[in-house]
Formats: sequence, C-alpha cells, structure tokens
Amino acid sequence: MGAGHAHKLYRQGHSPVHGLPPHCKLVAVFCFVLVVVCTPREAMWAFGLYAALLGAVAAAARIPAGFLLKRLVVEVPFVAFALLMPFVVPGEQTTVLGVSVSVPGLWGAWNVLAKATLGVAASVLLASTTELRAVLLGLQRLKLPPLLVQIASFMIRYGDVVTDEMRRMAIARRSRGFEARGVRQWRVLAASAGALFIRSYERGERVHLAMVSRGYAGTMPVIDEVTADRRQWAYAATLPVLALAVCLLGWTL
Amino acid sequence: MHVPDGFIDAPVSVAAGVFAAGAVAVSLRGARRELDERTAPLAGLVAAFIFAVQMLNFPVAAGTSGHLMGGALAAILVGPRTAVLCLSVVLLLQGVFFADGGLTALGVNVTVMGVVTVVVAYAVFRLLTGLLPRARRSVTASAFVAALVSVPASAAAFTLLYWIGGTTDIPIGKVFTAMIGVHVLIGIGEAVITALTVGAVLAVRPDLVHGVRGGPAAPLKLRVDGALVDAPAATRDPEPAAAPRSSRGLWITGLVSAFLLAGFVSFYASASPDGLERVAADQGIDEKAQEHGAAGSPLADYGVGDIANARLSGGLAGVIGVSATVVVGTGVFRVIRRRGEEPGTAPHDRDHENA
Repeated sequence: MGAGHAHKLYRQGHSPVHGLPPHCKLVAVFCFVLVVVCTPREAMWAFGLYAALLGAVAAAARIPAGFLLKRLVVEVPFVAFALLMPFVVPGEQTTVLGVSVSVPGLWGAWNVLAKATLGVAASVLLASTTELRAVLLGLQRLKLPPLLVQIASFMIRYGDVVTDEMRRMAIARRSRGFEARGVRQWRVLAASAGALFIRSYERGERVHLAMVSRGYAGTMPVIDEVTADRRQWAYAATLPVLALAVCLLGWTL
Repeated sequence: MHVPDGFIDAPVSVAAGVFAAGAVAVSLRGARRELDERTAPLAGLVAAFIFAVQMLNFPVAAGTSGHLMGGALAAILVGPRTAVLCLSVVLLLQGVFFADGGLTALGVNVTVMGVVTVVVAYAVFRLLTGLLPRARRSVTASAFVAALVSVPASAAAFTLLYWIGGTTDIPIGKVFTAMIGVHVLIGIGEAVITALTVGAVLAVRPDLVHGVRGGPAAPLKLRVDGALVDAPAATRDPEPAAAPRSSRGLWITGLVSAFLLAGFVSFYASASPDGLERVAADQGIDEKAQEHGAAGSPLADYGVGDIANARLSGGLAGVIGVSATVVVGTGVFRVIRRRGEEPGTAPHDRDHENA
C-alpha cells in the first residue's frame, strides 16, 4: 500500500485544534478510536453520533469536508473486502435487492466499515492538524523510547531524500530506454532497489559521521519540550469523553 | 494489507500491542548492542529505504503490478533486530499519518507484518545459508526461500489472531485457505524480488548483507613478502558484477521449495478445519459446519479418522496446485515472450521453462 503517499498531509491553520499540544491530540485520538472499537455494532445510531463528533472537530479545525473525504480513499481496499462478507459468512439468509445475503455477514460488513471509516477519519484529522515533527515530539512526550523516536525522525527527515533518489534512478532508467512492462524487467528494477539500499545505508553512515563530528554521543538534546496545561488537556479530552458517553449509552440501551 | 480498526476486537488488539511492544523493546536493546550509537541514523535511513521501496512498482502482466513488502529483505540486509525496529517505525508512521492501518490495530500490524515476517525470514535464511555451500548463489537462493516462507507465515499469524479475536465469524478454515492461497502467490513475487535485490547488493557491497557477515566467499588474502595475510576489511568484491549469471539454481530451488511448502503447508491447512470441526461439535454449534471450507474438497471423501490418507490427499492437492500455477505461469511467460522483441534472451525466462 505504498502508492499515493505523496500528497500533502498537513494543512496549515491556526484553529484551536491546530494549537493543541501534540501529545494531547495523540491521546485523544487513540482513546476515541478505542472507544469506537468497543462500541456494540447493533447500536447504529452511536456511529452516527461519532461521525457527528468528528464533524464538529473538523469544523473547529476548519478542515473542509472535501479534503477529509478525499483522504478517506485510503480505505478502498477494505471496502471491497467488507462488501464480500455478506456473501461468504454462513448463517441466517435474507434478501436485499433480490440478492440472497447472510445476516451475520451484513452485520460484520457494517461493523468493519463503520469502525474502520471512523478510525481513518480520526487519523486523517490528526495528521492534517499536526505537523510531522510535532507528532514526534508528542510521541517522545508520551514516553515512547527515545531511540525509536530518533529512528522515526530520521525516517521522516530522509524519507523525501530517499524517495527523490529513487525518482532520479527511475529517470535515469527511462532516459536509457528502459520500460518496465512485465516480469522480465524485474531484474533491473531489483538492481535499482539494491542500489537504493546501498545508497541509503551509506548515507546513514555519512550522516552518523557528520553527527559524531558535531558531538553526538547517542542521545539527542531536547531543545523544545512540549507542555500542556490542565485547560488544554480538558479541551482535548472533550472528544473521547463524549464518545465514551455515547458508547456507554450504546451498551445500556 | 494493513489491518484497520474494528477488524480484531479490543482485548486481542491490546494483547497484540503488548506483544509488539515487548518485541520492539527486545529489538531496541539488541540493536543498540549491535550498532551502538550508529543505530538511530542507520535504522532511520533503512526505514526510509523500506518506505520508498514499497512505492517501487513491479509490473506483473496485463496492467497489474505489485510491490515489495520488505520484511524479509530488511531482515536479511540489516539483521532481525534492526529490521523489526525499521518495520515498526514504518508501520507506526503509516498508521498515524497516512491512516494506513488502524491506530488500535497497530499492535496487530506490527506483530503480523513486522515481527512474524522478520523472525521467520531470518530463521529460514540463516538455516539455509548454514546448510548450503558458501557461495553467492546459495545466498540468493536462501533469500528466495526465506521471503517465500515469510509471507504465508505472516498470513497464518493474522489468521490466528482473527480466529481468537475476529469480529465476524467467517469459518476459520475458509479464512486460512484463502489467506494462505493468496499469500503464497504474493510470496512468490516477494521472493523473486527479494532474491534479486539481495543478489544486487551482494554483487556490490557484500559486507552490507547482515545475514552473511564475513562474506559468502573465502576472505580476501594479500600476498606480502611471500606470506598470505588477511586483506583489510570492507574490501570490494573482486568479481565483476556485470558477469551474466544463470539463475537456474534459483528457479529450481524455488520450485522445489514451493512443492515442499504446498505438500506440508496444505497438510496443516486441511488439518486445521478438522480441529475446528471437533471444537464446533464439542460446543454444539456444528450446524454451521456444512458451510465448511474443506467440505467441497476431495479431502472430504477420505474421512477424518484416516490421517495418512488426509495427509496424502492434502499434499497431493498442494502439489497439483503448484503444478497448475507453474503451467499457468509458463503460459504467461510465453505470451510475454512472444510479445517481446528478442525471444529467449532473458536468462530466468529460459530457465523457467527448463525447470
């Protein structure tokens, strides 16, 4: 699922959602998705309320609906899978539009579609209101191992460099008359992948030497600690708390 | 494919998350011991490489194309610990930024696509490189088999998680058969690309292939004053990389392993529904059993009690399946070759027909 990642994810803005500290947003989104996953699928209205909550967040963050919907395309492969479910799951049969489908299969498809869509929408809102670097700072604040955060930050910093390198290699191949048509061209493509690995690894070695020569000893100094006061936490908690209320209603009703 | 939210229930997702966190913690300690303070830049760049190489399209035929998943490749090139770290970081960032895979399913994704793939691929690779003679060709052949096994293994791990905590009761035999069937095909593509890529790295920088540190060939010696001394480390491979190499061994190894896999794996594939059937009968919920995945297969005629027959028929079915795949594959190759300008110039094409 590597294709189509190149679009611009972050949407510049100065809304209250943009201004929240990243770790508050990460916790809020994670709790929200967890609550959604725990909701019984029979409570259909609950999912409508969740969608309304996310819509409110999008409005507060001034993210246009078109932008959000375009980003939801990521889940297309899954929609295909969910649509298969009513036909392969055994159980009580019913007729929808003249086609015989199974009731548990319909419930399963609804369950996956509703929860996955809400999860994707929540992630998209997070990514479009938070800069990449800010998310990393938030993850660090949430006590993710510093080494893992460093690896992630190097990946983000050099992701575009490596992708550009790959693009230049593709241009070099094409300018020499290469055209990938089928399996017979795999050897050339794999050789490119191998060359890309060697270049990435050697770049890693150079980056390390450059860092060592500037005094790096295995840890990064924390120069911009992100902090959140109680008011910001309360503001961020609105979404998961409301969702939790909906979820509890869904279980009791 | 990345698992989204709502596919696996919350308790199993949390358990998978705890397992994934443990595996990442172990890898962090191991990688730091291996790479010390070089870990962050090197693993970060390798993660960026995996992220980029997943976007490299490998055309198959008729407009379809696939791409590398990179688990086996990373395990072989940088070692299992660094590979687990790189894949976890890639999956984490894909989940947070690209909404590729659910946030609550992150543990499931890291477990299935990161840990299981890497561990299986590396174990198979080390086993085979230990058994085979020390030559470059056996390294690429081992890489082929490692990648081929790792993809269905991760599919099997997913099926296991789905069996425990799936939100919809699809008959698990059906899920298993479908997942393994599709992923054996994907695994063949992954295996070819992985083997070719490892071969390409091996030709230029053999010292970078972690799985065969020390080099596949005997270390280079220098003659100084009549005595042989070890050449300094990090020397280039003396062999010119451009020499055309036959990949017949690779194809034969691949075919043999595919047949072996089909023989053994299909036995377990057909054994698993049997176990489930028994569970279903014990629980008194076997009214669903007529919809069973194995019910329509020839295996059903042999009876459940006779294990020897079941194994034979399962293995036979697998071998027949692989043969059918080979026949279809050869047909596709022939069609492509007829369309190509110079018939029979690509060595792997020709060798495939021989094999």
